[in-house]
Amino acid sequence: MRVKRAFRVWQRHFTVYTKLYKSSIALNFFEPVLYLAALGLGLGAFVKEINGMPYINFIAPGIIASSSMFAATYECTYGTYVRMTYQKTFDAILATPVNIDDLVAGELMWGAAKSMFYGAIIIAVISLFGLVKSPMILLVVPLLFLTGLIFAEIAMIFTAIVPGIDSFNYFYTLLMTPMFLFSGIFFPVDTLPDVVTKIAFFTPLYHLVNICRSLSQGELFMVRWDIAWICAAAFLLAPYPFRLMQRRIIK
Amino acid sequence: MLISNIIATETPDNKIRPVRNRKKAAVVRWYNQDVEIVKAEGLVKDYGRLRALDGVDFTILSGECFGFLGPNGAGKTTAMGIIYCFMPPTSGTVRVFNMDVGESQSSIKSRIGVMPQEDNLDPDLSVFENLIVYARYFDIPRRDALLRARELLDFVELREKSDVNIRSLSGGMKRRLILARSLINNPELLILDEPTTGLDPHSRRSVWEKLKFLKSKGTTLILTTHYMEEAERLCDRVAIMDAGRITSIDTPSALMAVHGGNLEEVYLKLTGRKLEG
Repeated sequence: MRVKRAFRVWQRHFTVYTKLYKSSIALNFFEPVLYLAALGLGLGAFVKEINGMPYINFIAPGIIASSSMFAATYECTYGTYVRMTYQKTFDAILATPVNIDDLVAGELMWGAAKSMFYGAIIIAVISLFGLVKSPMILLVVPLLFLTGLIFAEIAMIFTAIVPGIDSFNYFYTLLMTPMFLFSGIFFPVDTLPDVVTKIAFFTPLYHLVNICRSLSQGELFMVRWDIAWICAAAFLLAPYPFRLMQRRIIK
Repeated sequence: MLISNIIATETPDNKIRPVRNRKKAAVVRWYNQDVEIVKAEGLVKDYGRLRALDGVDFTILSGECFGFLGPNGAGKTTAMGIIYCFMPPTSGTVRVFNMDVGESQSSIKSRIGVMPQEDNLDPDLSVFENLIVYARYFDIPRRDALLRARELLDFVELREKSDVNIRSLSGGMKRRLILARSLINNPELLILDEPTTGLDPHSRRSVWEKLKFLKSKGTTLILTTHYMEEAERLCDRVAIMDAGRITSIDTPSALMAVHGGNLEEVYLKLTGRKLEG
């Protein structure tokens, strides 16, 4: 794998994105704000406070995490799949000096970059609404790249093994939605039975939500283990998308 | 005779860097005489249980146009895919520019142009952007890429479509754009998988003339085709393939002399299906 060749793939996605961003960014921005308004204000009128925080302040950092997560997974499931099969973009790229490993690396880096970007937008929005206490929230941005990489890796592993585009329904319904609901975005996980807490510990979203929430309160020291967890996960998952995509594409 | 005269007037002989390249091409041709660009020995390719290539040997020389002919599923596309390092051989050796396809993929691919069978242009990009983005994969500096892209759009007569979306191009225009894209890195070897399938006679002629021009510049061409007329017009040598094997390799005229009739009859006789069936 060559970094420069992987960057060429990344650059292709960036070029396409800068052409289409106006339509896609509005939607991606709209959904998280909708959650924030509906749950934060609507439900928040009943819940009042969690852990000493107004409910809307409690879920706002979680929305950074979920928005960032879905940006990476959509990109590396549907986005990658369409490029690989329907558009045959991969075939075109692989006829150039770019090899399969460069291509997969470029896809993952793009997913991670997009994840960071979409998370950063939410950080800007909730800061504007005054829902963030500490400027330490800015430290989340580089970490979003790392968690974005994890989500991209997981998504790409599925993309490499699904028989068809409909199979992503399983991925989203059985994996992403439960993770979205039970990772502490909307309520603290420790109120649930012990087993749920234990499962949550093994999901990247749980740690990202911890990081976002703690840093928005200016508590850096508390999240050192969460940071260690995501560094380890990004590293340990890395070989699989490469291996599986190679098996899928190179006949 | 008459047709070739008409075509000659269409030949775009002052498009791609005219005089300098023609001289250089002549020198290169002389120097490269009989240099082996591709050499395959005992090439076998399996897809699971299916054997697509079953012990194939061939050599392609610098500056020639080499054609693979054969029915669907004969292994033509597989043979070409292995040459441009898209898939590894199951066994046997393939060397391109005297480098092994298993070891030097990027170096080999940087000197090859590929025109695939199906349309894989980038639908989100304009005609011009398709070329520029493709040039980046070859690490061509932006200034050179802009220049080259304009030259190539002139060459394939798509200049006025420069900013148009891919979706609004006709089939013939898409094929020509894919040809232009395959030339972005000034390849020494051009691989064409059914370059004119699905085109109307006029577009087909136009592609043929472009290919003849490239050949006259010294580019080595490898193509697959179902059109015997195409093979007769363009190819110096053809390999007739059937069920993963090469049944014979020779010049079209030698094949016709041995087996009689035109190339189509030779093809039918050697692949043996339709004549008996």
